[in-house]
Amino acid sequence: MNWQTVADALFPQGHRIAERDNFLSGEAQVGGQTVAIIGTTEHTPIGVEIALAQAAAILDTVRAHPGRPIVILVDTVGQRLRRRDEMLGINSYMAHLGKCIELARRRGHRIVGLVYDQALSGGFITSGLMADACYALPDATIRVMGLPAMARITKVPLERLEELAVDNPVFAPGPENYLRMGGVAAIWRDDLAAAMEQALLDAAPEDRRAELGLERGGRKLARPVAAAVRTGADVQAA
Amino acid sequence: MSSYQEATARQRIAGMLDPGSFDEFLPPQMRVVSPHLPQLDAPVSFDDGVAVGRGTMDGRWVFIAAQEGGFMGGAVGEVHGAKLAGMLRRAIDENPDAVLLLLETGGVRLHEANAGLIAVSEVMRAVMDVRAAGIPVISLVGGSNGCFGGMGIVARCTNGVVISEESRLAMSGPEVIETAGGVEEFDARDRALVWRVTGGKHRYLIGDAQAIVADDIGAFRAAALQLADAARGRGSELTLEALEAEQRMLTSRIDRFGGCEDPLEIWEALGIEDPHGVPLLETDAFRELADGHREGAAA
Repeated sequence: MNWQTVADALFPQGHRIAERDNFLSGEAQVGGQTVAIIGTTEHTPIGVEIALAQAAAILDTVRAHPGRPIVILVDTVGQRLRRRDEMLGINSYMAHLGKCIELARRRGHRIVGLVYDQALSGGFITSGLMADACYALPDATIRVMGLPAMARITKVPLERLEELAVDNPVFAPGPENYLRMGGVAAIWRDDLAAAMEQALLDAAPEDRRAELGLERGGRKLARPVAAAVRTGADVQAA
Repeated sequence: MSSYQEATARQRIAGMLDPGSFDEFLPPQMRVVSPHLPQLDAPVSFDDGVAVGRGTMDGRWVFIAAQEGGFMGGAVGEVHGAKLAGMLRRAIDENPDAVLLLLETGGVRLHEANAGLIAVSEVMRAVMDVRAAGIPVISLVGGSNGCFGGMGIVARCTNGVVISEESRLAMSGPEVIETAGGVEEFDARDRALVWRVTGGKHRYLIGDAQAIVADDIGAFRAAALQLADAARGRGSELTLEALEAEQRMLTSRIDRFGGCEDPLEIWEALGIEDPHGVPLLETDAFRELADGHREGAAA
């Protein structure tokens, strides 16, 4: 999906977002206040440069605009699969981006993520999944790996995976599955501007994804197991 | 000498902690297993591939986790990730002197990929919550499976990484890159190349590992204590100043080394006279050489 179309729908009160080498940055007006925008487009793979560019934009916001809310617009096929990126330590660039977002949160910036097109594994974990809450558009693609590739690696026949995927959100792609597991807070279907305004009001620093996954039945053990470890009690099955 | 690489997760914990001091949370006797593996006809493990708990270490009170590379390569599933996250939350409740993460993992467990990905994200955020509570978190990377995927990111969200030259720290595995980009992009069977790109020596030289040790549990233990004490001294939490310094370091890394084809060129650019000799050096000799040339600092 075209990022300008999405931005126009999300920010009818106005936005100034620049795109450079598939990196998005700028600001927008939401509910009478200015929010910082960072993101990616064209399903770009996240390599060391674009991870660093996003981190720089976050640090600039923290320095120049204390407390300004941050919206992360996600469209990526995941981490760039190149030897050069690995040689330069791409995991450190990703971690740096994650730490910068965390610093912003600690300093009182509200952070909302939106998967408006694609979100895959490594590119997702240091963008939308680092937000206070991450949302998705209905046609978004969210996954770690497609079922054919998963069939090859796990040696489970594709037909069997497709059959299981109907009822089990745990491995099949799709925003609905991430919604059930608590990784996506909600899927925005109609008034995007109202949804964004509400999301910024609702944003809170506590990580509630395991609770949501339990409430929605997609991750029945994550919350009880973490609670049992924390309290030393038995696992209370859902 | 007692090999860290050849030890199991529980042997590593036993070697780290004072004898008999390990108190395991949700031990295997509780038989909390993955609910997802059986439907894909994959075997389960009574600890889901990770041991978590607390104990003492030279008089310090520490929380500890060790991933078992022998079970699905240490990959993170729903239960595995929840054990890590729960241990980290409990650390905040009980305020130990440090948290040690003995990481050996390929990253997200594909059989339960969505749960694993969210779980790694929860672990990542919980690690930073622990740091914000004033408790240092140290990663140890010394297993034969290395530390890859989302957990390679988590390792770099901790206060410091201890690595052995035999182990590896990266994001995507060489096989994955070869599959995506062809053998000319990354020849996963060229072991020397794989180690130059992902191995402990390169990570130490470019500043992504803060300590390099021989493959010995005692050496890992001593280095982990040293990093934990240092982090506690300077403050374990994220700061704008430290992240700005990291931004400069990572920017300079691309400027200086972004045009290099092979880590050998990076080592030469760092001022090492005989880069081809680096892979052959014993750990102590290597550290002595590297400390005069390596990039430093970490957030």
